[in-house]
Amino acid sequence: MTRKMRFREALRAAMIEEMDANPDVFLLGEEVGHYQGAYKVTEGMLERFGEKRVIDTPIAESGFAGIAIGAAMVGLRPIVEFMTWNFSAVAFDQILNNAAKLRQMSGGQLSIPIVFRAPNGSARQVGSQHSHAMEHFYAQVPGLKCIAPATPADAYGMMKTAIRDDDPVLVFESETLYSAQGEVPDDPDFVVPFGVARIARPGKDLSLFAWSRTVSTSLEAADKLAAEGIDVEVVDLRSLRPLDEAALVASVSKTHHAIVVHEGWPYGGVGAEIVDRLQRLAFDELDAPVGRVAFLDVPMPYNAALEQEVVPNVARIVRAAKEAVYAR
Amino acid sequence: MSDTSDPERDLLPLFRQMQLIRRVEEECARAYAQGKIGGFLHLYIGQEAIAVAAHAALRPTDHALTTYRDHGLALARGMSPRTLLAELFGKDAGCSRGLGGSMHLFDVEHRMLGGYGIVGGHIPLGAGIAFASKYRGDGGVTMCFFGEGAVPIGDFHEALHLAALWKLPVVFVCENNEFAMGTPLSRTLPVSDITARAAGYGVASDRFDVVDVLDVKLAFARAVERARDESLPTLIEAHTYRFRGHSMSDPGKYRTPEEVEEHKRRDPLLRARTTLVTALGEPRVLALEAEIDAEVKDAIAFADAAPQPALELLEATTYKGPFAR
Repeated sequence: MTRKMRFREALRAAMIEEMDANPDVFLLGEEVGHYQGAYKVTEGMLERFGEKRVIDTPIAESGFAGIAIGAAMVGLRPIVEFMTWNFSAVAFDQILNNAAKLRQMSGGQLSIPIVFRAPNGSARQVGSQHSHAMEHFYAQVPGLKCIAPATPADAYGMMKTAIRDDDPVLVFESETLYSAQGEVPDDPDFVVPFGVARIARPGKDLSLFAWSRTVSTSLEAADKLAAEGIDVEVVDLRSLRPLDEAALVASVSKTHHAIVVHEGWPYGGVGAEIVDRLQRLAFDELDAPVGRVAFLDVPMPYNAALEQEVVPNVARIVRAAKEAVYAR
Repeated sequence: MSDTSDPERDLLPLFRQMQLIRRVEEECARAYAQGKIGGFLHLYIGQEAIAVAAHAALRPTDHALTTYRDHGLALARGMSPRTLLAELFGKDAGCSRGLGGSMHLFDVEHRMLGGYGIVGGHIPLGAGIAFASKYRGDGGVTMCFFGEGAVPIGDFHEALHLAALWKLPVVFVCENNEFAMGTPLSRTLPVSDITARAAGYGVASDRFDVVDVLDVKLAFARAVERARDESLPTLIEAHTYRFRGHSMSDPGKYRTPEEVEEHKRRDPLLRARTTLVTALGEPRVLALEAEIDAEVKDAIAFADAAPQPALELLEATTYKGPFAR
């Protein structure tokens, strides 16, 4: 049995069910309660759980992130909503130096069962300070887990896995996906494990590796390329740390061509990490250099037309796909 | 000091802890010079009365955490000198299995929740541990220590702000030792009274010189009581002095030897010793000191002989769950 849900409803259902199941789970963040969530992800949760467990915070990201980490040190299981991942930059030290390090610094005495979640990446004309793809900064850090679901079913199943995980999990959502609809299993024990990619579309000529928002862009590009006789496989990585190496290798072993499609700048980051793993683990399977379609290497402009040029768009994916497939 | 106090009952245990911290750290300085301790080493010598008084004001189930100058608090809370020195020597028998080092002493059993290397970064954690006590209604109190060098940084203010807003059972203790590394507070703080910040957040405060360890204990106990009984935070400024450098590489040119000597004459440890010699006789105190020396010597030998941690330890201590690659 499945139910049709929007992405935001799937996230909310997962949080509500886990909070129902475990009194140690609580939610805090800016506007999560009385305002019903800046993006309505947490709508109705204050009414359901009360102010003890759905906590509106002042605008003090480092302070409330640190308080949540402190609470997790002694066994509570906080869900921290940042209004967007952009604002986590002022709490970066808390996540980098405390959430990620406390377990090792304490010789394994402590674990930090905490979830940080927020919309991430580009939205619509929100300008240079509100369009960062922050997963690239965080996925580098041992001690953290980073996930980026693209469908309501994964949003539901991976959020549940995140809340039940005993390590810090960072959930990268996308404002542009919050209203997307999809079928979600009608089962409170449905969970999606981390580190397992999903074939969003099977194909034999070229692999597009994507996550979060760029999965749908890649699927759109795949339709266009199909019309031109290029059969594209779209792999939704879902989880960036841990990363499903086996899925990367399996897909290029079939297609022998690959492009990584992601938001965020091309310098370093998760995209470069995937390219590195492909060349290390599947060198003999590759018939062409692995391509990348990312943000252009500039801060995000406000202008609508220019913004569409900067984000990974269908035209750039199609162009890169042809270059890869027709390369000698 | 309260007139009704009995030196043997009240002061002797605190003196014992202070003397243990002093002697352990003197040996740390020696071991550092011998290359047995690597990285940074920040000694607490001169400030011991604060950690010892704090522990005496807390219950064993209460939590405490502090900066990288953390040996004193760890020992005061009950960590054994063996466990501490093994950690500083990078050994598997250390409290953090040799992975934390001098700056990161953790002992969950004794509710010592860490030493931290980022100035101010642990202050929200202290508020968060207190938050958990309030959430669970377990009556626990958290004491969070930092230096006056942390007062300018945002996390100090955010933690104080949120602890006040959410009425958290936490005691913030600023150990004002006059120098943020080599910079005197006259060049870092526009208002030298650190507790002036408390007023802006509606937080109770207290400010005193650390002279007599029993007085410090009473002052801490008042703040702990406010946290436990009323679930309210307190900001305390405890005026102290560190006799050694910021770390082992500090040449100390920002202050004169005369200034340091002047403070050493007002050493709270010396004061406690003098009181005890008068009350109990010098042989009793000397015997206790010899006992402590033997304990420290044993701890050094233990740490020297302890095995190194294995490489396999690193994965298990990075994630609790399956390793994320």
